[in-house]
Amino acid sequence: MRSPGGKSAIENPKLSINQLNFYYGRFQALRDINMDIAERQVTAFIGPSGCGKSTLLRALNRIYGLYPDQRATGAIMLDGRNILDRDQDLNYLRAKIGMVFQKPTPFPMSVFENIAFGVRLYERLSRMKMQERVEWALRKAALWEEVKDKLHQGGTRLSGGQQQRLCIARAIAVKPEIMLLDEPASALDPLSTLKIEELIAELKTDYTIVIVTHNMQQAARVSDYTAFMYLGSLVEYADTSTLFTNPARKQTEDYITGRYG
Amino acid sequence: MADSFFRGITRLAALLVLALMAGILLVLLVQAWPAFHRFGWHFFSGTQWDPVTNQFSALASIFGTLVTSLIAIIIAVPVSFGIALFITELAPAWLRRPVSTAIELLAAIPSIIYGMWGLFVFAPVFSEYAQPWITDHIGNWPLVGVLFQGPPMGIGVFTAGLILAIMVIPFISAVMRDVFDLVPTVLKESAYGVGCTTWEVVWNVVLPYTRVGVVGGIMLGLGRALGETMAVTFIIGNSHDISRSLFMAGNTISSTLANEFTEAVGPIYTSSLIALGLILFFITFVVLGLAKLMLLRMGTREGRKS
Repeated sequence: MRSPGGKSAIENPKLSINQLNFYYGRFQALRDINMDIAERQVTAFIGPSGCGKSTLLRALNRIYGLYPDQRATGAIMLDGRNILDRDQDLNYLRAKIGMVFQKPTPFPMSVFENIAFGVRLYERLSRMKMQERVEWALRKAALWEEVKDKLHQGGTRLSGGQQQRLCIARAIAVKPEIMLLDEPASALDPLSTLKIEELIAELKTDYTIVIVTHNMQQAARVSDYTAFMYLGSLVEYADTSTLFTNPARKQTEDYITGRYG
Repeated sequence: MADSFFRGITRLAALLVLALMAGILLVLLVQAWPAFHRFGWHFFSGTQWDPVTNQFSALASIFGTLVTSLIAIIIAVPVSFGIALFITELAPAWLRRPVSTAIELLAAIPSIIYGMWGLFVFAPVFSEYAQPWITDHIGNWPLVGVLFQGPPMGIGVFTAGLILAIMVIPFISAVMRDVFDLVPTVLKESAYGVGCTTWEVVWNVVLPYTRVGVVGGIMLGLGRALGETMAVTFIIGNSHDISRSLFMAGNTISSTLANEFTEAVGPIYTSSLIALGLILFFITFVVLGLAKLMLLRMGTREGRKS
């Protein structure tokens, strides 16, 4: 399975990106991106800074729409609908597609509320059910044991690694189908990074995961598919072992062997 | 050598603040003493203010000061919140600067201009069109109705509160805008990322994140409203009465001082006015103290040091 820059042979893709172009004002940041993202697999975007990997990720839940000068053309199909359509319900979209950012961003409220807050936007749960949901999400994010006695402390008082797992728990709690991770471990120490990576491996049994990373070893460790991007274009997209051991493009080979980037 | 000289100078400057504070307090205390001595606790609880019989008490002025400031804050806080929210989250980029600048310019208008505008422009219009309607429609409500009864004079406690609100809006909204701007973009993005609407982001994330600054801004506005003199003196009607209706004339501590200092004859009259000043000093002090205490307690409840 290999398809340099083009459509890949992924069956039943969760997301299907067609002819995606992205602009920051006049600057074109993505050029004709075509790729399918496999369901319940981990897909990594790698490439040097400014290659457009984060931009591509931010297009997938339309978070870029907060900024009036950013726009995308083309199509991103999710369950037979183009999410770039004007009439796409953004709140519904973001319930389906969770996102975790580079820096941990706990909300200014307690650990419990950080998670319950997002759930309440979509569901009315009894107090009992909400407690169950919060515990479930924290367990999923491998954080429960560490915070079960601090549920009513401020979320900002946790350590950086714990905060990031709290953000993952927050994303999980609304039961999304897809999780977008934007360099989720780049601000963390090696031990916390390891925990996040283990977590990603566990989460993919339930979720489709897309991760942006500047760390190639991390991409190789955690992902099933890897996309190498350069200057706004998708250079090569293949399953991870192929891309790292037998890249089809010279640019890809140069990047993964550390010749630039 | 130069260092210790510099240290000495800065210490002197810092101590000067304390010395001034103590000096002002001392002078106020000494000069207010005759009034307190003569009228005792009655000075705080009585409503009489009669220069002819030399009977003075402060309740009407204290009442007017607190009520006008309360009205001002009740009106100004939501409006300022809306302004700050619009500027930071909703306004298109080209509109941000003009609106921001207009708000700041409002703060630069001297208070006497507001007073003149209130007296000559706003009050007549208000008494002609708004007051009769309010009295007719709200004046017969249970509980709150009594606040809006009486002849439509235009001037009065309510008008003073309204003008004060307009005067403090620039301060409160400027502080709110500044602190809203400090919220990290990623924090807002992650709130939008879990599917919040703009309102939910602002109410649940931006406001809790900035609440120390927001309360600070409100207190700044309240401090300004409590002490504001000229605009209030123009439009409050200057009567030493406590009326149930907000449409009636009243006065505040500072408007009483402004009106009567020049005509205060006799030591007990002057002393009573200075005692009023001392009370205003204390009210402002308590408001700021309460604000600090509130912020401290909110900080500990949130579980972090503030």
